[in-house]
This record gives sequence, C-alpha cells and structure tokens, in this order.
Amino acid sequence: MENKQTPLGHIGFSIFAWIVGLLIFFPIFWMVLTSFKTELEAVSIPPSFISFDWTLENYAEVQARSDYFRFAMNSVILSVGSTLVGLLFAVPCAWAMAFNPTKRTKDALLWMLSTKMMPPVGVLVPIYLVFRDWGLLDTRFGLIMVLFLMNLPIMVWMLYTYFKEIPSDILEAARMDGATLPKEIIFVLLPMAVPGIASTMLLNIILAWNEAFWTLNLTTADAAPLTAFIASYSSPEGLFWSKLSAASTLAVAPILIIGWFSQKQLVRGLTFGAVK
Amino acid sequence: MGAIRLEKVKKTFGTLDVIPGVDLDINDGEFVVFVGPSGCGKSTLLRLIAGLEDVTDGKILINGVDVANEAPAKRGLSMVFQSYALYPHMTVYNNIAFGLKMAGESKAVIDEKVQNAAKILNLTDYLERRPGALSGGQRQRVAIGRAIVRNPAAFLFDEPLSNLDAALRVNMRLEITGLHQELKTTMIYVTHDQVEAMTMADKIVVLQAGRVEQVGKPMDLYNNPANKFVAGFIGSPKMNFIGGDYAKKHDCHEIGIRPEHVAVSTESGDLPATVKIAEHLGAETYLHVNAGGFGPMTVRATGEVPLGEHDKIWLTPEQDRIHRFDANGIALGKL
Amino acid sequence: MSTRSSTLTGRIMSAPSIIALFLWMIVPLGMTIYFSFLRYNLLSPGMEEWVGTLNYEFFLTDPAFFASLANTLLLVGSVLVITVIGGVLLGLMLDQPIFGRGILRLLVIAPFFIMPTVNALVWKNLLMHPVSGMFAWIANSLGFQSIDWFSEAPLTAIIIMVSWQWLPFAVLILLTALQSLDRDQKEAAQMDGAGPVSIFFYITLPHLSRAITVVVLIETIFLLTVFAEIFVTTGGGPGLATTNIAFLVYTQALLQYDVGGASAGGIVAVVLANIVAIFLIRLIGKNLDR
Ligand SMILES: Nc1ncnc2c1ncn2[C@@H]1O[C@H](COP(=O)(O)OP(=O)(O)OP(=O)(O)O)[C@@H](O)[C@H]1O
Ligand SMILES: [Mg+2]
Repeated sequence: MENKQTPLGHIGFSIFAWIVGLLIFFPIFWMVLTSFKTELEAVSIPPSFISFDWTLENYAEVQARSDYFRFAMNSVILSVGSTLVGLLFAVPCAWAMAFNPTKRTKDALLWMLSTKMMPPVGVLVPIYLVFRDWGLLDTRFGLIMVLFLMNLPIMVWMLYTYFKEIPSDILEAARMDGATLPKEIIFVLLPMAVPGIASTMLLNIILAWNEAFWTLNLTTADAAPLTAFIASYSSPEGLFWSKLSAASTLAVAPILIIGWFSQKQLVRGLTFGAVK
Repeated sequence: MGAIRLEKVKKTFGTLDVIPGVDLDINDGEFVVFVGPSGCGKSTLLRLIAGLEDVTDGKILINGVDVANEAPAKRGLSMVFQSYALYPHMTVYNNIAFGLKMAGESKAVIDEKVQNAAKILNLTDYLERRPGALSGGQRQRVAIGRAIVRNPAAFLFDEPLSNLDAALRVNMRLEITGLHQELKTTMIYVTHDQVEAMTMADKIVVLQAGRVEQVGKPMDLYNNPANKFVAGFIGSPKMNFIGGDYAKKHDCHEIGIRPEHVAVSTESGDLPATVKIAEHLGAETYLHVNAGGFGPMTVRATGEVPLGEHDKIWLTPEQDRIHRFDANGIALGKL
Repeated sequence: MSTRSSTLTGRIMSAPSIIALFLWMIVPLGMTIYFSFLRYNLLSPGMEEWVGTLNYEFFLTDPAFFASLANTLLLVGSVLVITVIGGVLLGLMLDQPIFGRGILRLLVIAPFFIMPTVNALVWKNLLMHPVSGMFAWIANSLGFQSIDWFSEAPLTAIIIMVSWQWLPFAVLILLTALQSLDRDQKEAAQMDGAGPVSIFFYITLPHLSRAITVVVLIETIFLLTVFAEIFVTTGGGPGLATTNIAFLVYTQALLQYDVGGASAGGIVAVVLANIVAIFLIRLIGKNLDR
C-alpha cells in the first residue's frame, strides 16, 4: 500500500496516527505527569495538565516513607541475578543444541518450550509448600531460582536461534587451531554471539523485572521487589496518587528504556523464532 | 613430514553409508586432489582426516601413527574452509595468531611467524583489519595464513576457491600451487572443478558415492581412465560415448571419444552428422551435433570454423584415442 | 560436526538445563497431581487422606468454578479480539510512511514494558476512578454520568487494562511480519489492478495469518493466567465477578489453605493451557524443520 499520497493526505494521516499513538501512550504520560503534582492537584477536577506547581517532593517522599530503594534493589538483584544464573545454564545448553544436535535435540527444545506453557497456578501449591518447608519463602535466593527457571526455556531458545546463525565452520576452525571446548566457547562463540546474548539478557531482565505472580505469592517483605511494592499501594487506606505515580514511574522507567532499545530483537525471543 | 594413509576408512551417518570403505596412500609432500560429483563424500572424507568427524571404522595413519581417535588439534593438520571460517571479531593478525596462542607460543614467536606468513601472502598492510573489511581473495589468503603458521603435517582444503570469481580463482590457484612448491608440505585439496584438479594435482583421487574410482596422475586419468565414470568425469567438455555397431567394430560394448579427438570435415569421414549448435569461442569452437544413429555428440574444432545450424559435416574419431568399455563400464585398454 | 566425544559433551552441556527444568516443572506437577487426590488443608496438618477424585468433583461442580471459567474465557476471548484487530490496524498504520514513525512506534509499544501492578493501579486510580479519574472527568464534561468501573463493569475494566498491556505485543509482532512482506508482491497485485482493500484481503492478511496465529497462541497462554491485575484491583470481586481460574486457585491455596482443592484447580488450569499449547508447539516445531 505504498500508494502515492498527496502531501496533504500524508500530513493528515500522520496527524491521525500520532493522535492514536498518543492516546495509547496517554496512561503512561499521565502517570509521569501526576508524579510531579501535589496530592491535592493529583485528584483535582478538572485535571491540570500544565498549570500546576511542579514538584519533586513525591520522589523524595516515596523513599523516605517506604524505603523505596530496598525494593528497587531487590528488583535489580532478582532480575540481574536470575539472568546471570540463566546464562550460566542456557549458554552451554544452547551451544550443545545448536552445534551438536542429536536426533532428540528438537524434541528436547520443544519440551523445554512446553514447560513454559504450564500455568504457574498448576505448580503454585507444591512450590509454595517446598519453599515454606525449606525456608525459601521471602528470600532473594529462592526467588532468583524461580525467575531463572521460569525464563530458562526462553533463554535457551533465544540463544539457540542466535547460535544457529553462526556458521559451525568457524567453531571447527577454532578446533583445528587447537582450542579446547571452553576456549572455543569463550574466545570464539561468545564474542560472535554478543548481540544475541545481549538481547537475550535484556529480554530476560524485562520479564523478570515485571514478573508478578511468583513475586507476589512468594514474598512478603525482605525479598519483595517493585512489583510487590507497587501492589502495596492497592490498599484503600488513603490514596496517594502522586506518590503512587512517582513510585511507578521509577519502577517502569529503566525497563521501558531497555525495552525501547531492544524492541527488534524481542520479537524473536517472544515468538521463539516463529516470526522473523 | 606428512604421509597420510587411510585403511578401510568407513563412515555412516545413521543408516546412510556415506563412505563404505576407502584405502588411500598419500606421500609426504604430495598435492592430492579429491574430485567427484556433489554429494559423493569428498568433504566427509576430508573431515574424517581432519578429525571433525569420527570414523565409523578403519584407521587413519599420519606418519605411521593411527590418529583415528585423536582430537583434531592433536593431528597436526591445518584446514582451509570453503567459507574461509575467519573469526569475524578478531583482526587479521589475531586470526592468524589464534592457533599459536592456543598452542601457548610466546609473544615474540607468534609475532615473527605471523609477520612472516603475512609477508608470504601479501597481507602485511591488512593485519589490523577485521575480516569484514577484506575482499574475498584477501580473506582466502588470511585463511591460508592461519593454516601456514602452525607448520602442519598437511594442509586440508575444502573447495577453497569456489566462492571467488573466475579471474581471482585463476590467481589463487597459481598462488596455492606456488605455495606448495615453496613449502613442500602435503596438501589435500577438495574440488569439483576439474581445471583445478588437472592443473594443481600431483595425484587425483576420483570419488563416486564414497568409493575411490581411480587414483593417479592427472594425465594418466585423462589418457587411461579406469572406467566410464572417470572417463566421463575428467575432461571438459565431456567424453562422448557411442554404443551399437560402431562399438562392435572396435570389439567392445561401448567406445568413448573425447571431443578434442574427433576430426571434423565437410567432405568425408566415418560418421555423418548435422550441426545443431555451434559455440564460437574464438580459439576453439564447440559443435553440438546430431550424429545420425549415434545420437548427440560434442566435438571440438580448433580456431574459428565457419559452421552453423543445419550444416552437414563428417566426423572421424582418432583411432588411437578411442577408449573401449565393457558392459559394466570397465575400461578394456586400447586396441 | 559429530564426533563421539562431541556428542557426549553435548549431553553434558545440556544436562544441567534439562534437569533443572525437569525438577522445576515435572516434579511439582507430579506433586500437584498427587495433592489433588488428597484431603489436605494447611489448617489441619497431619489429617491428609486419600479422597480419590473428590477434590475434582468439588472443584468442577463449584459454582465458583463455572463463574471463573466463564470469566477466564471472556477475558481471554475479548483481549484476543481487541489486540488482534487493534494490532493489525496499528501494524498497518505504523507500516506507512509517517512523520516521526520511529518515535511513534516507541510510544505504541511502551505499555508492554509496564509492570502489571503499575498498569493495574494507574488504570484503577488515575484513569478509572469514579470521582477523580480522567475518564470520569471526560464523561462529566461531555455531560454523561461517570461510570464506577470497578463496581459497575469490573470485568470490562480488567479487559481494558489487560488489552492495553497486550496490544503492543500484537503490534510488535504483526508489524515485524508486515515488514517482511514482499514489496514486489504488493506491486505485482497493483499492476494486476487490485485496490488497497483487495490487496489487504488477498495478500496482506494471508501473509499475516501465521503471525496472527502466533500472537493468539502466545497471548492465550499468558492470558489464561492473568493474576496481578486482578490481585491489585478487584481481588476477584465484587463477588466472583472478576475471579478467573488462576485467581480462584490462588484463593483456595493461599487464602483458604485448601491444598487438595487448589491442586485440583491447578490441574484443570494445566489441562486448559495444554489444549492451546499443543497447537502452538506443533506450529513452532514445524518451523524448526525448515
Ligand atoms: N552430518 C551429516 N549427517 C547426515 N548426512 C550427511 C552429513 N554430512 C554429510 N552427509 C551426507 O553425506 C554425503 C556426502 O556429503 P559430502 O558433504 O561429503 O559431499 P561432497 O562430496 O563434499 O559434496 P559437495 O561437492 O556438494 O560439497 C551427502 O549425501 C550428504 O548428504
Ligand atoms: Mg563438500
């Protein structure tokens, strides 16, 4: 549909598209804007768009009142930690599946994928009980394990599709050159796969950061990340919209930025290579 | 030193019998070319020698030592891949140095060897570039440089020139031949380009369906092919095969005659024929003709020949250049 | 490359992941199945006993189950329809030459990266609040009565929130698919005299069918277990109005401590998800062969 548009039609369509885009983005914009208002202005009718006293107070308040950074730190530790542990497991696995395939490799890959299809409620009860009995409830370690395992199939898959694109000749050349397996992986495979590994890590961080089933069910205070922190604002005792907005803005900003940077590669990871 | 000997080497992929059993002797310093149609197992055989695939059965002896169960790096061989297989994230220098680093050589030794190889291959100006910034020919030379510095017992080449354009291919062919004369190291070279095979080889190994059809010097294969397959495979354009009465006259099932061994006349000869297509190349002319009851044939005439479609001509095979084959395609020797 | 040692190394290298996943999924699933046949309440420990399929009978005949099944299907179905249609339209829109298309695209996909709890609370308070919410103000200024979303149309509210979150996913994937559509093909059709509408139905839509299938299947898997949005807004209510199966299982397990019943519910959820998963895995498996 690359129809020759009249300049006017072109401008008209652009304006229309921007209106649609801005409407979709509006809730986020509104959240950010509200975070700079006082609590009174936040609930004022009619809502104020520009003419209010911009304030950073809420951001300071969020930290002062609720130890925001502890939750943020948990989010960072959980998402980065689970990603690193995941890489440690997924890189060798994806390497083996991409470069040493056997007859059962395809089945193994699909089986991994199928575990991702399992609704978490299907295993909520035993996982909860095991965590309770082993003292893992509300620990960062326990949650890192859960998040890592939850995303492991996606990591293996994504890395697998990236590794598949690396010609096996090059690894064989390294082998002829006398590289042992660890050296082959560290000096040849990984440097070549950097873009793929980076986007795998980013997707994993996004998914872990936003995960809101296990983080809500397996934490109470110590290991609770931002998802749980934000959820605590749902209690009806007093509506602190500005503070909620400030906390929310802080919670989504890093991920939004990461997501924007890696949007192209995400498609592959999210669809298991089914859409290119 | 690099004498290689294959004893009953077998390879199966699952149920697919790719190499049913190959015996082969390669002498130290020899330039050996594996040729054969696509899928005949040339690469597989090379990779078995390299150690990139396990033999299903049999022995691979390098200088008398069985290495069939050794890791590739332990065999002391270097390989040049069709795709060059350069490390894209390393500079040319580091590509060439990688093997030496892995072997734990000192910096000084590495530098000396890399510079030396770069000089031989005209790569000195490119050492700091990445492979992505090189031309096809330069990449090929880097791949060869990477192979040279390790002082291998033998070089293995898998269709190294097939990604280059025609002119460059001729150049690189000469360079590799020159390199062989200089280094005098054993080289095993896989190709399906017969010009490469004929011009570079000390010894050609013709493979078909994983079997060695014939081993010999290029001109031996050209003059005395052991069977119809080799006769048809070596030489371009292909040898013509004629059965029936004309073959009976020569006391065999079928005769073969190369296009360049047929005299063309517009007046008289053994076989009457009609020109269908004439390909004028200047130095020579290929005539694709219909030779009556003998079916289509190709003949080669020297120089420019004023012939075209529908022209009637006479063909006369040179009698001492006729190859005779029995019903199984085995060569019977000249009459 | 295939040598005996490399095959063995391959096994060793993939074993940790496979074993870990096995322990994470199959073992707990086995435990869930086992628990689902027990009378097992955390409030009365030590009283566990084998009750056969009783838990399933209770769960499946519980009116709450039907309500939550209906809610689940309604939620999944509505979100799918909204996101797929919206995704195709927005995908087509973003495929056009627009001023600042790159930035516009970032705006449109942004909601996907918002964590579910933030999503839910922003919508619930800033937008849908019956007095001070944006929507109430718009409705009032247009002269309408404002809606108290979470008591008058709670499920609709949830559907809107979840659709907003998942619309970008559909857009992202459908746009990628659209961009891989051969320009030549469209131009050939134009030469054949096809108008924009026929091009859409005869060329674009068939080309998108595979991507749409993927969107539907993947979204379904995630939508079947929507949890956080319900947890922080309605808590499943009012009544059972916004309880889906995932939330029902959660209430039974962690609020009523009924491990047996929750396990039976969990298995039901697994079965539902698997019906979808089979199709998805087939589709992706076929892709692997290429
Ligand atoms: N890893 C493998 N698994 C199964 N079959 C294989 C494998 N590698 C090669 N083959 C089969 O073995 C046969 C020989 O392959 P090979 O690559 O050695 O042929 P080739 O002579 O090098 O052909 P070409 O000239 O096209 O490179 C082919 O039929 C190929 O399909
Ligand atoms: Mg080959």
